Amino acid sequence: MYSIGLDIGSTTIKCLITDEKGNILFNRYERHFSLISQKTAEILTAASKVLPHGEKQVHMALSGSAGMGAAETAGIPFVQEVYAVRMAVRKYYPETYCAVELGGEDAKILFFGNSPEVRMNGSCAGGTGAFIDQMATLLNITPDDMNELAKNSTTLYTIASRCGVFAKSDIQPLLNQGADRCDVCASIFHAVVNQTIVGLAQGRKITSNVLYLGGPLTFLSELRRAFDETLDIKGICPENSLYYVSLGTCLEASSYEPLDIDDVIRRLSEHSRKAQYEYEPPLFADSEEYNAFKARHSSCKAAYGDISSYSGKAYLGVDAGSTTIKAVLTDEDGRILDSFYSPNGGSPVPVFKRYFTELYRKYPQIKIAASAATGYGEDLAKTAFGLDFGIVETVAHYTAAKVFSPKVDFIIDIGGQDIKCFKLKNGTVDNIFLNEACSSGCGSFLQTMANTMGMTAKEFAEKGLFAKRPVNLGSRCTVFMNSSVKQAQKDGATVEDISAGLSISVVRNALYKVIRTNNPQKLGSHIVVQGGTFHSDAVLRAFERELGTEVVRPDIAGLMGAYGCAVYAKAHEKESSSTLTLEALESLLYETTNTVCKGCSNHCRLTVNTFDKKRRSIGGNRCDKPVSKGADRSQFNIYSYKLSLLKEYFTLEGSGKKLGIPFGLNFYELLPFWNGFFKALGIGYEVSCVSDRELYTEGQGTIPSDTVCYPAKLIHGHVKRLAERGITTIFYPCMTYNINEGQSDKCYNCPVVAYYPEVIDANCGDEITVIKDYIGIHNRKHLPSKLRDILAKYGFEYTPVQMKKAVDAGFSEYESYMAKIRQKGAEIVAAARKDNMPIIVLAGRPYHVDPEVNHGIDRLITSYNTAVISEDCVSHLAGEFKSNVLNQWTYHSRLYAAASYIGTQPDMQLVQLVSFGCGVDAITTDEVREMLERRGKLYTMIKIDEITNLGTVRIRLRSLFAALDKEEGR
Amino acid sequence: MRITDEKGYSTGACATGEECKKIDDLYPKTPFTKEMKKTHTILIPSMLPIHFRLLDHIFKQSGYNTVVLKGEKQHCIDAGLKYVHNDTCYPALIVIGQLMEALLSGEYDLNKTAVMIIQTGGGCRASNYYFLLRKALINAGMQNVPVISVNLSGMNSNPGFKITLPMLRRAAAAIIYGDLMMQLSNQTRPYEVNKGQTEDVITECVQYISDIFDKGKGISVKEIRENLLYMAELFKVIPIERTQKVKAGVVGEVFVKYSPIANNNLEGFLAEQDCEVVVPGVTGFMLFKIDNRLEDIRLYGGNQAMYKGIMILFNYMTKVETILIDVCKGLEGFSAPSSYAHIKSLAAPVIGSGCKMGEGWWLTGEIIELIEQGCPNIVCTQPFGCLPNHIVAKGMIRKLRSLYPNSNVVAIDYDPGATKVNQENRIKLMLAMAKEQAEPAPAALRCP
Repeated sequence: MYSIGLDIGSTTIKCLITDEKGNILFNRYERHFSLISQKTAEILTAASKVLPHGEKQVHMALSGSAGMGAAETAGIPFVQEVYAVRMAVRKYYPETYCAVELGGEDAKILFFGNSPEVRMNGSCAGGTGAFIDQMATLLNITPDDMNELAKNSTTLYTIASRCGVFAKSDIQPLLNQGADRCDVCASIFHAVVNQTIVGLAQGRKITSNVLYLGGPLTFLSELRRAFDETLDIKGICPENSLYYVSLGTCLEASSYEPLDIDDVIRRLSEHSRKAQYEYEPPLFADSEEYNAFKARHSSCKAAYGDISSYSGKAYLGVDAGSTTIKAVLTDEDGRILDSFYSPNGGSPVPVFKRYFTELYRKYPQIKIAASAATGYGEDLAKTAFGLDFGIVETVAHYTAAKVFSPKVDFIIDIGGQDIKCFKLKNGTVDNIFLNEACSSGCGSFLQTMANTMGMTAKEFAEKGLFAKRPVNLGSRCTVFMNSSVKQAQKDGATVEDISAGLSISVVRNALYKVIRTNNPQKLGSHIVVQGGTFHSDAVLRAFERELGTEVVRPDIAGLMGAYGCAVYAKAHEKESSSTLTLEALESLLYETTNTVCKGCSNHCRLTVNTFDKKRRSIGGNRCDKPVSKGADRSQFNIYSYKLSLLKEYFTLEGSGKKLGIPFGLNFYELLPFWNGFFKALGIGYEVSCVSDRELYTEGQGTIPSDTVCYPAKLIHGHVKRLAERGITTIFYPCMTYNINEGQSDKCYNCPVVAYYPEVIDANCGDEITVIKDYIGIHNRKHLPSKLRDILAKYGFEYTPVQMKKAVDAGFSEYESYMAKIRQKGAEIVAAARKDNMPIIVLAGRPYHVDPEVNHGIDRLITSYNTAVISEDCVSHLAGEFKSNVLNQWTYHSRLYAAASYIGTQPDMQLVQLVSFGCGVDAITTDEVREMLERRGKLYTMIKIDEITNLGTVRIRLRSLFAALDKEEGR
Repeated sequence: MRITDEKGYSTGACATGEECKKIDDLYPKTPFTKEMKKTHTILIPSMLPIHFRLLDHIFKQSGYNTVVLKGEKQHCIDAGLKYVHNDTCYPALIVIGQLMEALLSGEYDLNKTAVMIIQTGGGCRASNYYFLLRKALINAGMQNVPVISVNLSGMNSNPGFKITLPMLRRAAAAIIYGDLMMQLSNQTRPYEVNKGQTEDVITECVQYISDIFDKGKGISVKEIRENLLYMAELFKVIPIERTQKVKAGVVGEVFVKYSPIANNNLEGFLAEQDCEVVVPGVTGFMLFKIDNRLEDIRLYGGNQAMYKGIMILFNYMTKVETILIDVCKGLEGFSAPSSYAHIKSLAAPVIGSGCKMGEGWWLTGEIIELIEQGCPNIVCTQPFGCLPNHIVAKGMIRKLRSLYPNSNVVAIDYDPGATKVNQENRIKLMLAMAKEQAEPAPAALRCP
């Protein structure tokens, strides 16, 4: 009897018919564009014709994420897809040790042999086929093109491998800075490899006999090469590598009762009719309602001039966005003469050059009197074309919005990669909301979704306008939304319903996730919406409905940044403009080179764009050092002071066994204590080193939870380094409690800081001893005797008197360290005040001093001629304060104390660093913000992770400075 | 410092440090007064389906007009998303979401309604539920709704609400009764001949215990034993038909583990997959929480008088736990839970007993206990990004696998955006591996 194995994945359907001997009679691989039941029926009908002698009785089973629902409702056996792969590999390649299968949204690793294991990505779809598709869309090419380009790569860039979203924010700046697309493509493949290895292999070594399975690995030779190179193996991509799930499904199917194929087709087509899912009311009840809506919004128009009849001064605004480049040319009265909107295809300079040259040639009577640039590629565009001004996006958009709504108090801009919202007050930006690390709810997301469905973004959006039952997709990250869509498909939602549902969720993401409003009605009374995504009537409608108010959408919603630049240029016009003339433009020489910055230990990979052999735009830098070559400002930077102080504690000579100390988490502050303590006892130790990217990579194989914060993940690298140096005993105690500073109800550490030693012991402790005992540093009275017992366990014997002295020595060293920090903080404040410099309290945790954790944000701030101190420099000055949350963590209570104190200091601002995944900061950020806002202060939060998009950080900081300047000027 | 106008915007002036404290004192607490005990309805978010029916009864019996909420899942989550910081853990979102949904539904007179939450205290952010709930209420303009915090640390007390000794003893007994029902029903439900009979027995038992509580009885050690035996007999006589089923254990963050709203009805799903669900009870978790206080003193030193005081409570719970175990052991054909002490001894070589935040080492211990009991196929549930679970669950899986090569643990994250289809697919993978282990030889033809 024949077996049919049908694998319905998130994007494709794969179908096989095998005979009893396992020979394949029929195979089919097709994208289903979400029309699952229809496609399945089609394929099965075709398959049934292949069956010899009109055979109808077959063994049959379904597999795949979308197959699960169909199997359930139609009563067809289901085989879990990873399990199916396992079965197929065992039969066809029994010598396999490890199989890697990448699918649309899933990634799987299977280990065979004595200790079989199967692993599948959790709730994160980073590093999968969908991710590669998304990246291809970003580059405006196909995945196959990516593969071709990657063949010619010479350099690899570091791209976050944890999550597709993060990778995107790495790739975008690379593209904007003009990095070679060949290198970007190859780097993307390597990111996928890293994601798979880190996320799934989790420390289990992949040695030999590796099979590559699934679509991406079958079609993309360079992806296979990336795996080969990283693992240092030669993997096999077997025949039928696309069909392993189907193959295994066929094998498993034979253990079930046979089914009648016509009956199956009938049952499957009925599947869609039983659909049930959460849905929303339709966006528009009928076309009448839609037309009224259309009419209202079409009245909000910019003023236009006629370019062909105009001659004289004109103003050029350029918005070099993340995925697109936009330009607006205005006359002296701000009328739009011409505009330009184009995807930048990854290289904005040639795209804009083409337009600009044409503009000059066509309208020689026009003279560019002033010009300005904004956006991610601001510096690149400004340098390339000699534009007069570069302004931060917030200012550009505000300038433009004011033209349409003079009383505007809220702007929301949804672009390709980012959501930007500004709350305005008294002519300054009062509050900024940016999507930090997540681009769900942005234009490119809708675009990618549209592509998956085989449509353009516009077609896709329009489909949703009259959807009867828009899917409720929730408001979360892209990855989750992808799986929500999958679920909706399973439940039989139509493309129309999904389209409308996505438009609604884009809006909800912006409102509830980015802005985090709980009362959308209170956002503002004069709201301007802009950005390309709002071109969609479905998105606009969903937005107005969610807010319950009417908003203004200028007809140039996608061009507001550029328009704002033009208006700004006009207002700040100088005697002459440096904008390139036609001649200069035609002869523009443009060269891109890659280099590694040697300015500090970050070793940033720089992309240097040189124009006409003299003007340079540097990208990829984490601080302004390579750009400004400015004076060393470390005397105004407590972060560099702290680090240099701590480095003095890095080695301690002693007798006997030498301990290793991983330099991370609580050691960033308690190292002085342990130094004093061990010195008194004569025990020697060695501290690993200051973290860097390479260290992280070395240790990432043993990280068990990919959603833990980056500072914790780094510990794995530190331990590895220590082990490599021959250290056999790591001193890394668990600490439920921290030092009691009397400013909080309890003096807890957060769970991760407290217990990460357990993770190290359980995952890296095979060859080393980890002293992970529980130490209560808060309880000074009992500390000596408890420590004495602990050390004795490891062969360090001391008398109670010796221990008492050692603990006292530890505390005295700790206190002297803290006193130095406070002293230095006071000095920086005094020096800054003398020079009239603004002071930023860069508040976080002690371990945010780690340059690999803070990504040089401290130096970035000082490069703006601003002094940087930390929360512990001022928290002791706070006096009494009250927090409206449970204040029970030592480190966190300093944040509240600092916020309270800063409220009394006009020249101090707080910028909070938050590590991604820090659950406790979900609480502190809200509370610190509220405390500051009650004191009339601005609050700025910067989320940091493995990779941080410094472009976003710069927007935040520059907007903060712009607001402060304005405030001072008033 | 600068003073702000009524809309909260800066007016340019600066204030002194003393004013700071006043500025922060925005949220004066609305106390739950003694009078309110008579007038107010108290809303309780649901968590443990069986136990909370008994707890509800205990509150009512003590004169509180309580209601355990049964809000529609999606509405609760939506309300949670709206009023709680979206990066806060999922249980907070659901707990507060349930309460907000009820308050916003119009079903309750806001002037005559209070809300209740249970606080465990401890170093996890979950201890902040009370404050997050207060913030949510203020944001919704419901600052006058009193919040009652149920905890044993004396946090955020209210004049009109007091946990009395009889209530405490009843609650302890209720946990034991609830655990027995949960343990036994999980062993009869998958095999019952008459569908629904197990559920009927649970209802009967809840009624039986409620009646006993009403008579002021059912809390002495002797009575607990008698009642447990009585109820055990009711489960024992349920006609069952043993079939080959995979045993699937459920462990995890305590709220997500037990609450069907939070875990997308995991137990129901596992039952549909032809599994016998094994869910460790609450008694051990309570002992863990009590023992933590002892452990703190053992590890870091502290007040010996307090140690002795807590020890009395610990010993009492241990005693009733022993009765529960004995009763289960005496029941032929049923398996009994392991004792707290035994689980602690299992966990100790793997993870330190000082690891106490969230579920701490207890979670690791529960996994090992399940493996030891012949149930190595385990779903470990946690809220997405749960801090302690990075350590005690995901952080331990590799070590557990090397110690117990047959362990088959799948960690599933729960989150408002996480979809059932993804979760179920991963659980199905775990189950496929489990079935392979159980039946290495190809099975006979199965019906779909």
